[in-house]
Amino acid sequence: MTAMPLPKDHYDVVIIGAGPAGLAAAAVAGKAGLSTLVLDENAQPGGQIFRAITSTPVQRRDILGDDYWRGENLVAETRAGGAVIVQGATVWSLDRDLQIAVSLLGQSQIVKARRVIIATGALERPFPIPGWTLPGVMTVGAGQTLLKSSGLVPDGKVVLAGTGPLLWLYAAQVLRAGGAIDAILDTTPRGNYWRALPYALPFLMSPYRAKGLALMREVKRKVRVVSNVTSLAALGGDKLDAVAFSAGGAEQKIAADTLLLHQGVVPNVNLANAAGVAHRWDERQLCWVPVLDADGNTSVPGIAIAGDGAGIGGALAAAERGRIAAVAAVEALAPGKKSLTPDRSELSNTLRRAELGRAFLDVLFQPAQQFRLPEGDTIVCRCEEVSAARIKETIALGTEGPNQLKAFLRCGMGPCQGRLCGLTVTEMIAQARGMSPDAVGYYRLRPPVKPIALKELASMPHSEQDEKAVVRG
Amino acid sequence: MFKRLPDTQGAAVAVTIDGEPFNAREGDSVAAALLAAGRSYCRETPVTGAKRAPYCMMGVCFDCLVTVDGIGNRQGCLTRVEDGMRIETQHGKREARA
Amino acid sequence: MPQDHDIAVVGGGLLGSAIAFGLAREGQRVVVLDEGDVAKRASRGNFALVWVQSKGLGMPAYTGWTINSTQAWPQLEAELKERTGLDVCLEQTGGFSICLSEREMEQRRDVLRRIHAQEGVAKYDVALLDRREVEKMLPGIGPDVVGGSYCPLDGHVNALRLFRAFHVANQRLGIDYKPDHRVGAIDFERGRFRLQTSQGEIEAGKIVLAAGNANAQLAPMVGLSAPMQFNCRGQIVVTERLQRFMRYPIGTLRQTDEGTVMIGDSYEDSTDDRGINTAINSVMLDRAQRTFPFLANVNVVRSWSCLRVMTQDGFPIYDQSESCPGAFIACCHSGVTLAAVHAYTLAPMIARGALDLQQTGVFSAQRFHVQKAA
Repeated sequence: MTAMPLPKDHYDVVIIGAGPAGLAAAAVAGKAGLSTLVLDENAQPGGQIFRAITSTPVQRRDILGDDYWRGENLVAETRAGGAVIVQGATVWSLDRDLQIAVSLLGQSQIVKARRVIIATGALERPFPIPGWTLPGVMTVGAGQTLLKSSGLVPDGKVVLAGTGPLLWLYAAQVLRAGGAIDAILDTTPRGNYWRALPYALPFLMSPYRAKGLALMREVKRKVRVVSNVTSLAALGGDKLDAVAFSAGGAEQKIAADTLLLHQGVVPNVNLANAAGVAHRWDERQLCWVPVLDADGNTSVPGIAIAGDGAGIGGALAAAERGRIAAVAAVEALAPGKKSLTPDRSELSNTLRRAELGRAFLDVLFQPAQQFRLPEGDTIVCRCEEVSAARIKETIALGTEGPNQLKAFLRCGMGPCQGRLCGLTVTEMIAQARGMSPDAVGYYRLRPPVKPIALKELASMPHSEQDEKAVVRG
Repeated sequence: MFKRLPDTQGAAVAVTIDGEPFNAREGDSVAAALLAAGRSYCRETPVTGAKRAPYCMMGVCFDCLVTVDGIGNRQGCLTRVEDGMRIETQHGKREARA
Repeated sequence: MPQDHDIAVVGGGLLGSAIAFGLAREGQRVVVLDEGDVAKRASRGNFALVWVQSKGLGMPAYTGWTINSTQAWPQLEAELKERTGLDVCLEQTGGFSICLSEREMEQRRDVLRRIHAQEGVAKYDVALLDRREVEKMLPGIGPDVVGGSYCPLDGHVNALRLFRAFHVANQRLGIDYKPDHRVGAIDFERGRFRLQTSQGEIEAGKIVLAAGNANAQLAPMVGLSAPMQFNCRGQIVVTERLQRFMRYPIGTLRQTDEGTVMIGDSYEDSTDDRGINTAINSVMLDRAQRTFPFLANVNVVRSWSCLRVMTQDGFPIYDQSESCPGAFIACCHSGVTLAAVHAYTLAPMIARGALDLQQTGVFSAQRFHVQKAA
């Protein structure tokens, strides 16, 4: 048997994801003396928000801003705590026995945990507009990743479109770096301002208010901003040529080489879903969130979820939720070490402060229906190239839900395993059948939750009994 | 199209993209290198042959699949460039025997 | 609201859909009562073979029934294409069973010999081939392949597209498809059936139970029986799309028209269709890479488990009720292979109101009771 890349095959706590939640959880668990393993898919710790925090080639600190550089402390704190952080590790299975299958350096192995904290964060909400699959169209988050990890900014004619804080943050970062943006097409529905008003008070007390407004001012000084954009299409043959949009009832078109789209982030539920964790539809965030208790524990004993994967809360809340989940793990596994962990009620208070204003942001930046429920030839499933019209006509057969639809049309069967179409499909069925998304449900996912080389799966340990279940005369 | 910030740190990493030499930077993913090189697309889909380019850059969309050192359908955004790496456009379905 | 249906088909999987399709073609007014999205559905998890070899050991009539279906399959493919525009990609090229050791080869030889030695079994070609002969037809096989059996009647289809094609065709035939109508109870009074569903009552003059393993609970309500195994789970793994490299399907490894490679399939004693046993997958995948070594580097994209609809002896049940005339039942695990015979042979019998016992008598569930009595 070849040596496995991980030094041990069992840990007290295994944390999946090294973003703010995973790092903060690992710091607490490690410091309390629990054997703690962090498995992260990326080349460097930090997740998306602190991406490339230990390696970014961007020299001027003002470009990415103070909130980004805060990640340095978090990584340092985690490393000092004694947790083992393994990068380039793709977790492809987690089961109810807390066995984790992980692919690392071209080999897969099983790691057993006494507690698992899933901290796999969020991904950008699908933005299914006509032409969103064209080369030249990317997400704003993708643009920001290119900036953080490689010091790349978009060149040529650049358009940003959508809604949400990241849009403005990234625009400001590009401008500070000396880049140029031709236009920002703000799709925030006008009515959202009124709908968000009841949630405004806590927001006004939160740190987001001043920062957010300052960012928007900074951007609006230099960039043409079109508000109340009600339709959007990426135009081009083999690549993006122009962006068509309507605002204030008028149709317009602008030439573009790069279109960066963003309409918020949603929890990355694939691993938790495949582990059998119960989820519910969140009406305010319009996405699936795991059903959790105050410590982040899921419906599966021993599995907790922290960070944006537990429901979108932002980086500060993510770190606090990570700490809370880790304190709960220490309490469960080594109650004697409790004194080495931060005070639980203080963590709750910090979390509450970090979550101030979240409801306001959720409602204000709730994407409009026409940007969530596409029509006609617009592609819904990017992997299998399934159009909205095909999905609608198939729902009209009486198709009960996403899994039957997947069987009929292959939507969600490609390598992304539904990450880029699942929410759209659930909402389309809910709309067509007059049901709630909760009643419609989601794809039933199973391991491997990421594509893995066949030889790695073939190398998993198995018994004679397992052979008998397969080999027959 | 993307351009490198003028004061970006990092050593050059020599790769080839469809046979053409290109100097990527240390720390670049394959997908970042393709965008820095001005490649407008990285693959043709196995379903209709439509051209695609990196979309999410975080490992979830699978639109940056490329052939790296002869192995097809590698996720460009999760693969780091290395000296001498051969990056090729993924043309539709992967070759079974490659 | 009372609705006018000649016949209610309980179950909207491949079996119920094929029967409903056949009934509607005969002019019957059909309602299909189906479960919801997360029902246990063999129709979404099967291996998509249209297969003859190794079937029928212990019941020679099953071999003949299977062959009849494979012979009617081209008609079904053509008709579905005409009615729906959907190509289910039937390929009847012949298919293989591959042996990875001399012992497996010996077992294979023995099974085939025993099937063909049965009295009254339909004769068909099946050849045992050595490694060299296999390699000519399946280039790229690995050194572990000792040989295999080849049957020219075997083939495969796109079973998910078949499932969709039935649903599209049935809608166009005017079949009333009712999802989320799980049937809980069935009453028979004055020659009519009243089916209590999760969304109210449905009435029909005849019924067909095609509800998979749930037939076991439903059958006694109308004087029928369906002894099922329940715990016969199988797992399947599927790869990314590859350029075509296989011209013939293997019973546990086939390349779909889309290019993906499906690798199956285990027989596990389990009723949990949610989980995945990675150890069992590793056995299946190891065999796959020993069969075609270049598959080692290919990416696996998905895996699933699914419960087979398996009667206690593994053979189909087709029956009609004596105490509740007009009630029929169908249970079987080869819903893909048998789709053509279900649509074109079984459904017309049900439309006429009586099974043709010459053809189906052997499949009556009476066989279980006779065995018990003896």
